[in-house]
Amino acid sequence: MTGLDSSRAETPVLSVRDLEVAFPTPDGDVQAVRGVSWDVYEGEVLAIAGESGSGKSVSVMAAMGLLPATAQVSGSIAYRGRDVLAMSDKDLERLRGSSISMVFQDPMTSLNPVMAVGAQIAEGVRIHQRVNSRTARSKAVELLDLVGLPNAGQRVDSYPHELSGGMRQRAMIAMAIANDPDLLIADEPTTALDVTIQAQVIDVLERAREATGSALVIITHDLGVVARIAHRILVMYAGRAAETGMADGVFERPSHPYTAGLLGSIPRLDAPKGTRLMPIDGAPPSMLAPPPGCAFAPRCPRATPLCSQEIPELRPIGNQQSACHHGEDQYNEAEDV
Amino acid sequence: MSNPADLPVETTPLLEVTDLVKDFPIRSKGAIRRTVGMVQAVNGVSLHINRGETLGLVGESGSGKSTIARCILRLIEPTSGSVRFKGQELAGLSRRQLQAMRRNMQIVYQDPMASLDPRMTVSAIISEPLRIHRTTGDIGARVGELLELVGLRPEHGNRYPHEFSGGQRQRIGIARALALAPDLIILDEPVSALDVSIQAGVLNLLEDLQRQLGLTYLFVAHDLSVVRHISDRVAVMYLGRIVETGTGPEVYETPAHPYTQALLSAVPIPDPKLEKRRRRIVLEGDAPNPASPPSGCRFRTRCWKAELICTEYDPELLDLGIGHPVACHFPTPDDLMGSEQG
Repeated sequence: MTGLDSSRAETPVLSVRDLEVAFPTPDGDVQAVRGVSWDVYEGEVLAIAGESGSGKSVSVMAAMGLLPATAQVSGSIAYRGRDVLAMSDKDLERLRGSSISMVFQDPMTSLNPVMAVGAQIAEGVRIHQRVNSRTARSKAVELLDLVGLPNAGQRVDSYPHELSGGMRQRAMIAMAIANDPDLLIADEPTTALDVTIQAQVIDVLERAREATGSALVIITHDLGVVARIAHRILVMYAGRAAETGMADGVFERPSHPYTAGLLGSIPRLDAPKGTRLMPIDGAPPSMLAPPPGCAFAPRCPRATPLCSQEIPELRPIGNQQSACHHGEDQYNEAEDV
Repeated sequence: MSNPADLPVETTPLLEVTDLVKDFPIRSKGAIRRTVGMVQAVNGVSLHINRGETLGLVGESGSGKSTIARCILRLIEPTSGSVRFKGQELAGLSRRQLQAMRRNMQIVYQDPMASLDPRMTVSAIISEPLRIHRTTGDIGARVGELLELVGLRPEHGNRYPHEFSGGQRQRIGIARALALAPDLIILDEPVSALDVSIQAGVLNLLEDLQRQLGLTYLFVAHDLSVVRHISDRVAVMYLGRIVETGTGPEVYETPAHPYTQALLSAVPIPDPKLEKRRRRIVLEGDAPNPASPPSGCRFRTRCWKAELICTEYDPELLDLGIGHPVACHFPTPDDLMGSEQG
């Protein structure tokens, strides 16, 4: 078993093992996720980070049973020890929206445009809790207030198009925490937002997590957001885990050349002026035919012949886990600098 | 990186924009389409760019930054104001005169897939400006040269845009902008659609090209870190106005407008230890509707320093002893990076 924090005794809220997802296309199977394992524990924030096409979203969509029927999913996903992939639709429905809930990138496409936001929240409450419509409505107001929607008592009757992008995202978060979930999954929750609104939404997510005590999985391409909110990070590349560990450690001393490459290519607000960026050469591989061996090898400055022959498995390096044949070299270099 | 401070100062800036205003009418629905209001996208903006430097124009959605870029090229007509390029006024030029001026001013857009014709080969795309402006000489050789300049291979010219990755497509867009050897390139969110590992390569390319070819850039973007990285000078926009402007270090190290301070404090830095210590100013609410901006200072509805004067008088963009111009009644320089809370 790889990619896990095996030192922990408690049962994870969600446990994903050897997940593989493929989408058949006329050109062949797109291998979106190629064997990923991760756990998220009670009360913690796990960030799944990666660039477009790394499989970060697909892996959680699979966990939620939200992929189209054509998707070929294998591996195991367990919610508190119960197999999610084997659940009946009814059980799955009970799980989603009450125990696990989701916040998506674009609230405009995930909110119902012809229903007031308060009514949408109340509907979710009534599906999972035995309350009358009046209680559900006052719960909606309470939730909108918690996520910082100004004049929640009036906004409860607003339609999504009457709200700004930031307010819609707050309404989505209110809906997601309505049934006091154990696990909140946020898929690029701030990507479509301006930076001042992004800061507000991150604060609201943290507040929502604290109010419900739930675990949070945040999927993002923005390493700044990861640094801001996450306890642990899983870096994905080409459908596999590249590196995982505590966020502090991974940022300070990456043990995978891809993580190091990402950190080197970001212009930082606090970098000395004139710092030259270090881009990663080339482009990510086609997931129709990922390269044999390590998928990052064609772009990797550390690649040796071994890398194009053998897929590196995640293994412990320092306090982290790295899927790199030369992970020690990377890890030790970071210390020297 | 170009350093205009070391160069002899030219008397006329390459580009000078004065009191630029752009209003977009809001029309009623139905057949009559009466004008029922105005959105003031740009409200009295003045800026200049010296030869060889990069001016970063930064702001959130709706701040008017892209509208300014389009007004400069007269891709849209400004409502009022003046745009001078090498001292010559562009307003009132005939189509033909304007076309001649545009040889020297090119633009690179955010989404290369939308701005490159999918049915044209890369060679045809890059050589199109050469053909439109009837340049003489070996077009094929020039295209090959341009492709190499942006880090592609001459044989890539025979392919179509869809055969390239996002970063490569943006390089094609840059090659097209360079075809006529312009003095000024307007870069409108040129790396926003790219993944960071790819973005870094394009930013490095832009820096290299500027050094090699002596280019002048107007770099329009919402990403404050990217703008800081690439710009010599920076102008921060809010709701159609420049609220603060100065050299990179002036704006980023001693921001004096509350909006600039809030904006900078909101940008997460990829360093978990630093992020946990940083002081953060979280603004309340959203930017107001540009169709009915607040009286006085446009930022006052979200500003923690706002007083009565802010509702009555719109602050001018002036240097009140800060060292750089700030449009605020109560500007106070604040080093956000250095002053962390315990």
